[in-house]
Amino acid sequence: MFDFVSPFKLRERGIMGMNQRNFSYIGRYNDRALYPNVDDKLKTKNLAIESGISVPDLLGVVRFQYEVNRVFDILNEHSGFCIKPAKGSGGKGILVILKTDENGYMKASGEYVPREEVVRHITNILAGLFSLGGAADVAVIEALIQFDPTFKGLSHEGVPDIRVIIFQGYPMMAMLRLATHASDGKANLHQGAVGVGIDIATGKAKRAVQFDRPITHHPDTGKSFADVAIGNWDRMLTLAAGCYEMSGLKYLGADIVLDKEKGPLVLELNARPGLAIQIANGMGMLPRLKHLESLDHRRTASIEDRVAYAKTHFND
Amino acid sequence: MTSRTPFLIIVFALIVAGISSIYYRHVEMGVPLTAGEQIDIWQIEAEIEFTGKNEPVNAKLTLPKDPKFELVDEFTASPAYGVHVFREEDKSEVVWSKRQVQGKQTLYYQASYKHTLNPVKEPAPADEVVAELWSEPYQSSAQTLLNSAIEKSGNQQFLVLQILNVIKSDDQNVALLLSKYSKTEIFVQLMQMAKIPAMMVRGLVLEDSRRNQQLIPLLKVYINNDWQMFDVENGELGDELPILVWQQDSPSLLDVVGGRNSKILFSISHSTQSALQEANSSATEGDFFDFGLYHLPIDEQNLFKGILLLPIGALVVVFLRVLIGLKCSGTFMPILIATSFIQTELVNGVVGFLLIVSIGLIIRSYLSHLNLLLVSRISAVVIVVIGIIVLFTVIAFRMGLTEALTITFFPMIIMAWTIERMSILWEEEGGKEVLIQGGGSLIVAVIAYLMMDNYLIRHWAFNFLGVHALIMAAILLMGQYTGYRLLELRRFKPLAED
Repeated sequence: MFDFVSPFKLRERGIMGMNQRNFSYIGRYNDRALYPNVDDKLKTKNLAIESGISVPDLLGVVRFQYEVNRVFDILNEHSGFCIKPAKGSGGKGILVILKTDENGYMKASGEYVPREEVVRHITNILAGLFSLGGAADVAVIEALIQFDPTFKGLSHEGVPDIRVIIFQGYPMMAMLRLATHASDGKANLHQGAVGVGIDIATGKAKRAVQFDRPITHHPDTGKSFADVAIGNWDRMLTLAAGCYEMSGLKYLGADIVLDKEKGPLVLELNARPGLAIQIANGMGMLPRLKHLESLDHRRTASIEDRVAYAKTHFND
Repeated sequence: MTSRTPFLIIVFALIVAGISSIYYRHVEMGVPLTAGEQIDIWQIEAEIEFTGKNEPVNAKLTLPKDPKFELVDEFTASPAYGVHVFREEDKSEVVWSKRQVQGKQTLYYQASYKHTLNPVKEPAPADEVVAELWSEPYQSSAQTLLNSAIEKSGNQQFLVLQILNVIKSDDQNVALLLSKYSKTEIFVQLMQMAKIPAMMVRGLVLEDSRRNQQLIPLLKVYINNDWQMFDVENGELGDELPILVWQQDSPSLLDVVGGRNSKILFSISHSTQSALQEANSSATEGDFFDFGLYHLPIDEQNLFKGILLLPIGALVVVFLRVLIGLKCSGTFMPILIATSFIQTELVNGVVGFLLIVSIGLIIRSYLSHLNLLLVSRISAVVIVVIGIIVLFTVIAFRMGLTEALTITFFPMIIMAWTIERMSILWEEEGGKEVLIQGGGSLIVAVIAYLMMDNYLIRHWAFNFLGVHALIMAAILLMGQYTGYRLLELRRFKPLAED
């Protein structure tokens, strides 16, 4: 129970705590007025399309209760899709329908749900059940991600995604998040998902943790994490770095997925990314944050220069 | 990055304002630091009797001026007399007057005194002591006594003690002097001859339930840079009974013009009063640090007693979240739960809270199947909560469990929101997360309750508003704390190991 470590040791390792994140980085670098750019997924998507950032296709938006049945027209065309609340947080309220057949609508878990369940979910989104503060919301319907075969056997019942922390436009730390049976198909580390630290320079796995403790193999599939390497890593970094210009936020987390056909796509941006990425990487963020703070930012470097800078300076 | 200087100035100003207000309230106004403190109040009644000579009367009573005592209130009872109380720098007196007075008259003066918190030290005597010589053979006897006393003593202190002893003894010289002078007079004379400032005063021994008392002659002697009192007639002064010096320097205690056979008798009674009550009742109207809180009707005062506890709760929440890192649902929900715990007592409160939330969650899970819109669903939960409370109150009353009746103190809207939030949490993250966050909220609420229910903290929160400035400063400072939270030291432990 009282298994504590000395704060000086953490400080020495450059581990950032929640208070420091909130005060010294989020509070100081992220302009409040820019939050809607990332908190409203519909706005994020439109901004991304404007700035040439690849995102999953937008199939439709349900704004009013009477439009709810429109989703079934979309479903007829696409067979599967993903319904999200525009203002949801922490992955709440996302319903993924993989395919439609005579049994009904199949969720990501393989479970079938009736049509009423889909309607109810959208109604809940519109009422603001998943949005911060319960404000009325809209439902965003997105195309499904086609899994890239790189991740075969690495994720259980969920889409693996790559979280990249971008500070002042420089990709700074990354991790691959893999759903497990324990996490119930979700990619949140505190719920039991596996976090794999990724070397910014190479895109290769460094180490993996589940419930904050190191592991070497996926608990459900038994696949080793040792030789995981993310393909198209430069493209991934360029996409992440571009999120800085797009959102205007200086301290930012980007969730990126790898689509079989379209390559890396930005799924979601986060103005308050969590700190578990430090555990997955086995290192603190502060040295890199301090390093980037000391750079001259009067003239913004190009995306390519920033990616190149990160790759040379942040190799492990 | 903005400059921290204005922030630090604000925090510093809050701390200074808080501490000086507390200091002022405690030291200057006498608000006690602990709630139960009692102070002694001496009520003294002077009864003046005289017989009127069918002519105008002017009765003047000198009032006490003792730096060790402070007047709480005074009161005169004297039918058909004009009464004036004069208070001046060097003397104060009460004067009764009436045009035509015939027969036996009785006048009353009543005053309550308490010990002064910060007695002003009496000034040292200004002038050089010059003794008036007595006629012979008394002067020679006095000189002999003094000489032998000086011989037997090393310093002023011992000289005084020696003279006291001599006066009590059956020395021939003393016997001679006593035939003309009183012990007190002899003592003053000897002191003055020895160049030690001394004077005769008259004082009242304060002892509870004493009637028909008179002022006793006492001696004030200036030794070791301080005035000390001696009761020469009756021996040593006991420390246990306080003495109110009534008459000093002034020629007479009572001066009745137009009456005869005047006499004065004192009665004394002792009472204790809550020091807090006394300090507040003596606070002047519109006192800056008071903001008139004590002049509000009792109902409003009680309301403020509750409201002024909220900052304590806020401090607990900020501390537990920023410094400890405890998770709870809703930022200030725990404070509101804690305030209802104050009404219900802890055990009833926790049991009631768990009952309402668990039954509410069961009913809410049914409501979620009805596919309601959010606003109607929460409204439905509010009604369900009220229903639960009514049901429990009735059942508990039937069963004779009067403690359970306090369940009505729970804020219903807050409970409804809590149930709604927990229910969503359950659906999305599972029962475990509900237990973590619900348990966290309950822990925070219980700790906040224990702080807010503390006798001393309640006393401070209401009577020393400066405390709130300090709380504000602490909260502002914690808002800038960028160090690790306690629970992070556990969370990040694996990172520090390899």
